[in-house]
Amino acid sequence: MAGELSVAGADLELIDVRKDFPGFTALDDMDLHIPAGQFFALLGPSGCGKTTTLRIVAGLETPTQGRVLIGGKDITDTKPHDRPVNTVFQSYALFPHMTILENVAFGLRQRKVEDPLAKAQAGLDLVELGHIGARRPQQLSGGQQQRVALARALVNRPSLLLLDEPLGALDLKLRRQMQIELKAIQMEVGLTFLHVTHDQEEAMDMADTVAVMNKGRIEQMGSPEALYDRPKTAFVSRFLGQSNLFVGKVSEENPNSVSIEVGGAKITVDKKRAEKHTGTVAIGVRPEKATFHEEKPNLGADHVLIGPGEIIDIRFTGVSNQYLIEVPNIGEVTVFAQNVGKSPVVELGAKVWVSWKVEHSFGLRDLPDGTEDLG
Amino acid sequence: MAFAAFGSSTPTTKGQTKSGRVVLALLLPGLLYLVLFFVIPLVSLVLTSLETPAASGKIGEYVPGLDFGNYAYVATKYWPQIARSFGFAFIATIIALLISYPLAYFIGVKARPWPMLQRMLVTLVIAPFFISFLLRTIAWKQLLADHSPIIEWAHQVGFLSPSQSFIGSNAAVVFGLVYNFIPFMTLPLYTSLERLDTRYLEAGSDLYASPSKVFRKITLPLSMPGIISGTLLTFIPIAGDYVNASRDFLGSSNTSMIGTMVDADFLQNRNYPAASAMSVVLMGIILILVTWYVRKSGTEDLL
Ligand SMILES: Nc1ncnc2c1ncn2[C@@H]1O[C@H](COP(=O)(O)OP(=O)(O)OP(=O)(O)O)[C@@H](O)[C@H]1O
Ligand SMILES: [Mg+2]
Repeated sequence: MAGELSVAGADLELIDVRKDFPGFTALDDMDLHIPAGQFFALLGPSGCGKTTTLRIVAGLETPTQGRVLIGGKDITDTKPHDRPVNTVFQSYALFPHMTILENVAFGLRQRKVEDPLAKAQAGLDLVELGHIGARRPQQLSGGQQQRVALARALVNRPSLLLLDEPLGALDLKLRRQMQIELKAIQMEVGLTFLHVTHDQEEAMDMADTVAVMNKGRIEQMGSPEALYDRPKTAFVSRFLGQSNLFVGKVSEENPNSVSIEVGGAKITVDKKRAEKHTGTVAIGVRPEKATFHEEKPNLGADHVLIGPGEIIDIRFTGVSNQYLIEVPNIGEVTVFAQNVGKSPVVELGAKVWVSWKVEHSFGLRDLPDGTEDLG
Repeated sequence: MAFAAFGSSTPTTKGQTKSGRVVLALLLPGLLYLVLFFVIPLVSLVLTSLETPAASGKIGEYVPGLDFGNYAYVATKYWPQIARSFGFAFIATIIALLISYPLAYFIGVKARPWPMLQRMLVTLVIAPFFISFLLRTIAWKQLLADHSPIIEWAHQVGFLSPSQSFIGSNAAVVFGLVYNFIPFMTLPLYTSLERLDTRYLEAGSDLYASPSKVFRKITLPLSMPGIISGTLLTFIPIAGDYVNASRDFLGSSNTSMIGTMVDADFLQNRNYPAASAMSVVLMGIILILVTWYVRKSGTEDLL
């Protein structure tokens, strides 16, 4: 089945997959569908089960329960070498007893592809390592090994390419370059990429769809924009970028919005941007969506206003200033202000109000860790 | 080796000559040992192999000389034993490898999730050494003697034709050699397989290699160091073994090996020059074979 080079990617489906290790559930009720030709990123903290997911797709691990389908075909019981899948391993796993060129040609040789060495050389050229084909893996730097691992998988043009943090060892410049390269290859050949990373910027940058994983489950899945604009859980809101979260009981419900009461302030969210409309609700806003004022502003119902509070920390990060504001009874609020030169001159200890547009609030499905349900 | 490595750097600066002296000091005990227990005996052996009978003509009396005739005598008289030694050693090494590899693979790779089992199995592999190998070989002689249950059974099933003995045959000697030397094969194989990184095997199967291809292209080459040391550690002592093939143990006069003849010439015939010449020949052949083998293995031609 792996005899022909595929011309295009295939879709991948995980149905209700679960993986138990002795005394530990690494994956729980994993449902995933990746359409053919997509660049899909799996994002999550260390130990959340990303590698385990890839190993199940590659056939190196048997799921305790559930099915795996590639191109509509159930391959749950297919051996790894019969799957139209290649992996760029997190540990590279380059064969130490072969030259770099032979490493890259390995998959081609196994499938008896014509002229494997020339194709392998082309693959190496692609990752700009054409000149080191005669060396052994031990003689390469970590970043070079990583690129060889990438070439070794890519030359096979699998319908589905699994990438386990394939750029983790590269410096920023090379990483950006490889990201562009990878994306170009993926678009050109139309392969399906399942890309694992814990670099959120990389995921947002490259992927058509991002799935955020936590503790063996997918918390939320969607386009990078949607995930950023409307995170649905506290974990996602903090793992992807930063968020200010406020927890309170719903105090007011209107046809289009709900409000919670926190420390005397009213924080409102559009109903269609909230997962939960009753009981205790967490509402968040991104720091760059919020602004602060030195005088109490006069704002309408389409704004949320809290304060006054005190600026307790200012950080200059280049493009923006980060202000940490302590608001009595509410807690700390972060505000990013663009560094355009005419931002208000404020100092540590200044008294300020914070506001944002209601349309920028988002309501979560759950509550952040460490907060209790207020009944 | 160490000297070659240091010779390449020019010992001009103080630091380097100093480190050179330290290295020499560290190497000294080893060098002394080598001279005392290897070089001197070797020279003495070669000298003995060239001695000529004393004028008195008494058995066992020789004087120093340059009698290369000893070698001619040994080569013409004992060439069947020489050929048999290396033939037996070759066959027994192959058999030991074929038995050991799966065993070592099981202990070193498959049993990894159970370290207790691993340790127990390794202990079992070396357990026979707890008993003198002479005793064990004698025990086999009895177990495989003509009217023992095993041999009776072999007669019944037809493995042996009626009235045929097992003890004294080539097969019995090879059996004994394999039995006695197999731990020397299993242990190095185990050590190298125990360190085998199975992620390479996974990468192989991910790159479309079937399990048998993964074995040939990845597992086998990666365990080559173990195979080489294992085969050397069995082949060399087997080629020089004199116990298994002797009439007192598993062999007969038709199975004698070089070691048997060295034993006979030294202890019974008291023909010291012939025995020494034989030892030198044995050593020379082993040296040539091993050099060839190690060269080949370095270039992966053995696969
Ligand atoms: N063979 C195994 N036996 C027991 N537990 C395992 C095994 N393999 C993985 N785990 C556990 O499963 C969890 C998920 O592991 P996994 O390797 O998938 O994490 P990951 O998301 O890839 O993390 P990272 O970003 O650090 O690579 C971890 O807690 C790990 O300890
Ligand atoms: Mg991982």
